[in-house]
Amino acid sequence: MHALDFDYMLGLVPILLGYLPLTLEMAAAGMACALILACLLAVIRVTRLPGLNAFALLFISFFRGTPLLVQLFLFYYGLPQVLTFLVAINGITATILGLTLHFSAYMAESIRAAIVGIDRSQTEAALSIGMTRAQLMRRIVLPQATRVATPTLMNYFIDMIKSTSLAFTLGVTELMGATQKEAAGSFLYFEAFLVVAVIYWIVVEALSWVQKWLEQRLNRAYQR
Amino acid sequence: MIELKGIRKQFGSHVVFDDIDLHLERGEIIVIVGPSGTGKSTLLRCINFLETPDAGQLTIGDLSLDATSATREQILALRRRTAFVFQNYALFANKTALQNIAEGMIVVDGIAKREAYARAREILERIGLADKADAYPAALSGGQQQRVGIGRAMAANAEVILFDEPTSSLDPQWVEEVLGLMKQLAAEHQTMIVVTHEMQFAREVADRVVFMDQGRIIEQAPPAELFSHPKDERTQQFLRKILAANVV
Ligand SMILES: Nc1ncnc2c1ncn2[C@@H]1O[C@H](COP(=O)(O)OP(=O)(O)O)[C@@H](O)[C@H]1O
Ligand SMILES: [Mg+2]
Repeated sequence: MHALDFDYMLGLVPILLGYLPLTLEMAAAGMACALILACLLAVIRVTRLPGLNAFALLFISFFRGTPLLVQLFLFYYGLPQVLTFLVAINGITATILGLTLHFSAYMAESIRAAIVGIDRSQTEAALSIGMTRAQLMRRIVLPQATRVATPTLMNYFIDMIKSTSLAFTLGVTELMGATQKEAAGSFLYFEAFLVVAVIYWIVVEALSWVQKWLEQRLNRAYQR
Repeated sequence: MIELKGIRKQFGSHVVFDDIDLHLERGEIIVIVGPSGTGKSTLLRCINFLETPDAGQLTIGDLSLDATSATREQILALRRRTAFVFQNYALFANKTALQNIAEGMIVVDGIAKREAYARAREILERIGLADKADAYPAALSGGQQQRVGIGRAMAANAEVILFDEPTSSLDPQWVEEVLGLMKQLAAEHQTMIVVTHEMQFAREVADRVVFMDQGRIIEQAPPAELFSHPKDERTQQFLRKILAANVV
C-alpha cells in the first residue's frame, strides 16, 4: 500500500477536464436525438398508429431488454460487417447512435405515460375547434406532456452522461478513455480513477441542482 | 340552417338513440332538457363528430354529410362550422386566456398571429375578462374559465354553438355570470343548442324547448307552451320534478 499521490492527482485534473467537453457533447447530442425519437415513439404508441405501433413496441422492448454495452458493440463492431456502407462509422457516432436508441426506448414510455395523464377533455376541445390530431399533439398535448415528464427525462440525461463512459470500449478517447490511458502510463490506477469518479460526480451533482431548479419552475408554470 | 335526420348512435349493444330528427333556423336558440342518461350529451357530441353517429344525415349551412360515409375533410369542415362549450370548461392548460381564444384562429383558420390576438382581445372585452388576458386557466375561477370557454367558441365564428351543461360544474356564485354571457350571445342571435337544467334560462332565452327521454325527442315547443301545457305524461313528470328542485 502506498500513500495517495496528490500532486499526480492535481496534475491530472486539467488534463482530464480537457476531455469533458467531448463527454458532454456526446450526451447532449444523444439526448437531443433521443427526445425527438422518444416523442415519435410515444405518439405512435398513444395513437396506436396502425403498422407502426407493433414496430414501436418491438423497438422499445429490444432496446430496454438488452444491455447498452451489447448494443454499442452491435452497432460499432457488428453492423458494419452486415451493412458494409457503415464501415466508416466512428466510435463517437456509434456511441451517440447507441445512446439515442437505448434511451429513447425508456424516454418514450415516460412521455407516453405523461400524454395519457393529460385530461382527455382538452383533446376533445382541440378537436371540437377543428384541429387535426397532429396539431393537437404538437400544440396542446406534447408541450404539457414534456413538462410533466421533464424530471424523469432529466434523470435519463444524467444516466446518459454516465453511460458515455462506455464509449472508451469503442476506442473513443473521452473522459474515461483518457483516464484509462493516463493510468496505464503512470500505473497509479487508484488515483486516476478516483479523479475521474469525482469529476463525473461533480457534473452529476451540478445537473441535479439544475434539475431541482427546473422542477420548481415547472411546478409554477401555467399557474399565474 | 341546421338539420339532423335519422341520427343513430349506439355504444356496443346499447342503443342511445336510433332516429333523431332536429331542425334549427339560423339564429334560433333551442334548449334541450331531459333526465340524465337520456342521450343529450351524446346527441350534441354527434353533431360535431366527437362521437361518430352510426347513421343519419347532418346539414349545417352549406355542408351536408352522411354519418356512415363522412370523410376526414368533411368532419374537419363540420367542426369548423360548430363550436362546443364543455361542462368542465376543457381549456388548454398550457395556454393563457388570450391564447385559448386565439388558438383556433391561428391553427385552424390560419389567421396571422397579430390579427388573431387582436380579435381575441376584442372577445375578452366582450366576455368581461380583458384584465385576465395573460392568466392561465389554473389561476381563473370556474366562472371565468367557462367564460373563456365560451370566448373560445365565439372565436370559432361557428354557425352553431353547442353547450353541454355549461353551468353544471360551477359553484353557485358563478352561474349567473355565465348565463348572463349566454344571454348576451342570444341577444346577438347566435344560433345555439343548449343542454341545461336551468329552467329559468330556458324560459327567458329559448325559442324552443326540446324534451328528450330515453333517446327520443318526446315533445318540443316554445318555452311558455311547453312549461305551462306539457302534452306528454313523461314531460309533465319531468317538469314537476325539476321545477320542484329548482325552487328549492
Ligand atoms: N363513451 C361512452 N361509452 C359507453 N356508453 C356511453 C358513452 N357515453 C355515453 N354513454 C351512455 O349513453 C347514454 C346516454 O349518455 P349521455 O348522452 O351522457 O346522457 P345525458 O347527457 O342525457 O345525461 C348513457 O346510458 C351513457 O351511459
Ligand atoms: Mg350529459
